[in-house]
Amino acid sequence: MKVCPEGLYVEPGGFYVDPLRAVERAVITHGHSDHARPGHRHVLATPGTLAIMRQRLGEGAGGSQQPLEYGEAIRIGDVTVRLAPAGHVLGSAQVVLEYAGSRVVVSGDYKRRFDRTCAPFEPVPCDVFITEATFGLPVFRHPPDLDEVGKLLHSMAIFPERSHVVGVYALGKCQRVITLLRAAGYDRPIYLHGALEPICTLYEGFGIALGELRPATVAVKEELKGALVLAPPGAVADRWARRLTDPVVAMASGWMRVRQRARQRGVELPLIISDHADWDELTQTLDEVAAPEVWVTHGREEALVHHSTQRGIRARALALVGFEEEGA
Amino acid sequence: MNRFATLIDALVFMPSRNGKIRLLADFFATTPDPDRGWALAALTETLVFHEAKPAAIRQLAAARVDPELFALSYDYVGDLAETVALIWPERPDRANSLPPTLPEVVDTLRAAKRSQVMELVEGWLDTLDSSGRFALLKLITGSLRVGVSARLAKTALAEWGKVDVGDLEECWHGLTPPYVDLFAWLEGRAERPAAGHGAGFRPLMLSHPLEEEDMAALDPAAYSAEWKWDGIRVQLAARGAERRIYSRTGDDVSGAFPDIVDHMSFDAVLDGELLVARGEGEVAPFNDLQQRLNRKAVTAKTLQEFPAWVRLYDILFDGEEDLRGLPFLERRARLERWYEAVRPRRMDLSPLVPFDGWDALKALREGARENSIEGLMLKRSDSNYVAGRPKGPWFKWKRGALTLDTVLMYAQRGHGKRSSYYSDFTFGVWRGEELVPVGKAYFGFTDAELLELDRWVRNHTVRKYGPVREVKAGLVLEVAFDSVHPSNRHKSGLAMRFPRVHRIRWDKPGAEADRLETLQKMVVG
Repeated sequence: MKVCPEGLYVEPGGFYVDPLRAVERAVITHGHSDHARPGHRHVLATPGTLAIMRQRLGEGAGGSQQPLEYGEAIRIGDVTVRLAPAGHVLGSAQVVLEYAGSRVVVSGDYKRRFDRTCAPFEPVPCDVFITEATFGLPVFRHPPDLDEVGKLLHSMAIFPERSHVVGVYALGKCQRVITLLRAAGYDRPIYLHGALEPICTLYEGFGIALGELRPATVAVKEELKGALVLAPPGAVADRWARRLTDPVVAMASGWMRVRQRARQRGVELPLIISDHADWDELTQTLDEVAAPEVWVTHGREEALVHHSTQRGIRARALALVGFEEEGA
Repeated sequence: MNRFATLIDALVFMPSRNGKIRLLADFFATTPDPDRGWALAALTETLVFHEAKPAAIRQLAAARVDPELFALSYDYVGDLAETVALIWPERPDRANSLPPTLPEVVDTLRAAKRSQVMELVEGWLDTLDSSGRFALLKLITGSLRVGVSARLAKTALAEWGKVDVGDLEECWHGLTPPYVDLFAWLEGRAERPAAGHGAGFRPLMLSHPLEEEDMAALDPAAYSAEWKWDGIRVQLAARGAERRIYSRTGDDVSGAFPDIVDHMSFDAVLDGELLVARGEGEVAPFNDLQQRLNRKAVTAKTLQEFPAWVRLYDILFDGEEDLRGLPFLERRARLERWYEAVRPRRMDLSPLVPFDGWDALKALREGARENSIEGLMLKRSDSNYVAGRPKGPWFKWKRGALTLDTVLMYAQRGHGKRSSYYSDFTFGVWRGEELVPVGKAYFGFTDAELLELDRWVRNHTVRKYGPVREVKAGLVLEVAFDSVHPSNRHKSGLAMRFPRVHRIRWDKPGAEADRLETLQKMVVG
């Protein structure tokens, strides 16, 4: 197992996990564009992830695509590979690698909260745990997600004449926010920016009910008054949002926990809803997988390395460049 | 504490002034006494606790959290109160205890000995949620920084209570937190509280711009004229031991001008222009004054380099005597008499400008080339000093603006309503073959023109730096400005005063815009 310019390389199997450049053989944890890059010759992933890659990358989704269901094992070279649910987005997986009697788990991006749109994270005890650390600082504690959706519904009750536009990631966050709203009893149509529609349709194809969705792009201005609109983070404060009259700008992201960050983005209503584990969940997961060695990647590695070292775990930061911050 | 915390959070994120007023009004309407009064005191910085220093708060957190993790977090968040509020480990055993109310916090802290304060704070942090912790820490360290000035809070109170904000200012200085009698008045349950005799702010009298066509209807004999100086309008209020300097909007700026406050050993309320001196009684460019603005404290070096003084226009109170009901010329005589008797240092009188008919005055206005003169003020000789901006008694007659053809260089997205538009423009002029920036403007155009400018910027972007776009040197903006001064803050060595977009010259090629030498020649004094 080693870190190359292409990404994380599993030598005895001759494949990469979430490589940053096009390679011969890749195992992909989930469909976000910083993990699922185009042009690999051979791709192994869950059926959900492969469907997302085909929709987003078309021809670039990979020369040959091999689906692997959660829990099924396959042998590549001298390595046994299994995918375990990561709870991040639809199809997201941890990669469980077994070789010469020891087990390495690559977490990919993950969260521990209940999410109707994907299978829940499964902790897999292992010898080396390679964990993400997007929210790897103890200031990040995500509040209960239904409380955050409650904030949104409350604001809609106070300002019924204003439309509420929520910045969401197209893959995962969008569908999660919709299912949270539905769970909170919001049954009016939800309006979508054009960029969000294809993934929502794909999720529905996987049996995830999203209720009535309408395109915000063709909706008349009058209809959007007081409506709930979802759009990619970049669109909420740009030209696209001009079709909305005096909108309340909201953003659903773990970063919204830090006030200054929300302010910088001109967010009036920050919603702390994240598809990543918060600090407590990161440390809880380290306890559960009980790995004597931890590698920390993309995020604020330092704090998690420090925390692990304090607890007698051998820890190091993997310098993997090229991964983006959520919502960036 | 929860309602207050929710208000603080909402204010932090609300970008618009009107939105803030709405949030405040809603809070005052739905929060009982004395909670709302203590919140008002905190917002207007009337309520200050000195016992809780940042170092002590840091220590509290260090006892609960790994110091290395705290340091990394503080480094990331950048604000101590917020870091502690977010990182504070919640104790499940305290989850069901009731968080303190705002009056409970205030009363307890006021009664507490200094040595008990941090222990109390620690107990409260354990029962509050993260918003509550943030509000508590901001409250006890004394700076809320939620973008609400005392004046804005009063404006919100006045709008909610449907009273004139001037009326509210009149009685404000006689009030003490938690302002129960004030709220009783605003809710129509009692008379307005009596005006006190403290050094409170009295609303200023403001003027309207003079339109040339107005002049025909005005009788020159009924008006007095004086120069309009290019500084900032202030009110000096000295009553007993209390000495205050207020800005035009009633914000207390005394802290930035100790060199004036030192010499306010009198009992009066005065109206004047705050200026910076250069040499013997000469007014320094506005740029120098800017070095003294928006500062909570000043260094000895700044005080020496940019000494402040006040040019007096009017007198509102002489001792206990309210002069505002007197006609302008009688007040003027009282001001001169008062000045002769008191002779305050760092102050002089703004002279009246005698004139014979409008044409003569016009000639005087055009002849005045000093940068320190913004134009003329016309005041009806019989006008009382009334709050606000009544139409008729006072006019400002600004000097004609200077203009320059500049090239648009950079555009930045605006805020609030304009957040999707490139609406802040940096423009430059030619120095040899290169463009050098000379100023920035964000108004002077119509909404329709803004749409066109935004489109032009997007279609001619050369480079992007975050929210800023560099554009092709192709659009000429005719910029109007009041004056231009040497400045070492800009690459061009010059700074414009009050620049605005005068006309968009869609027709003019960028190469034909003005050169830096042209602007340099416009520097006077």
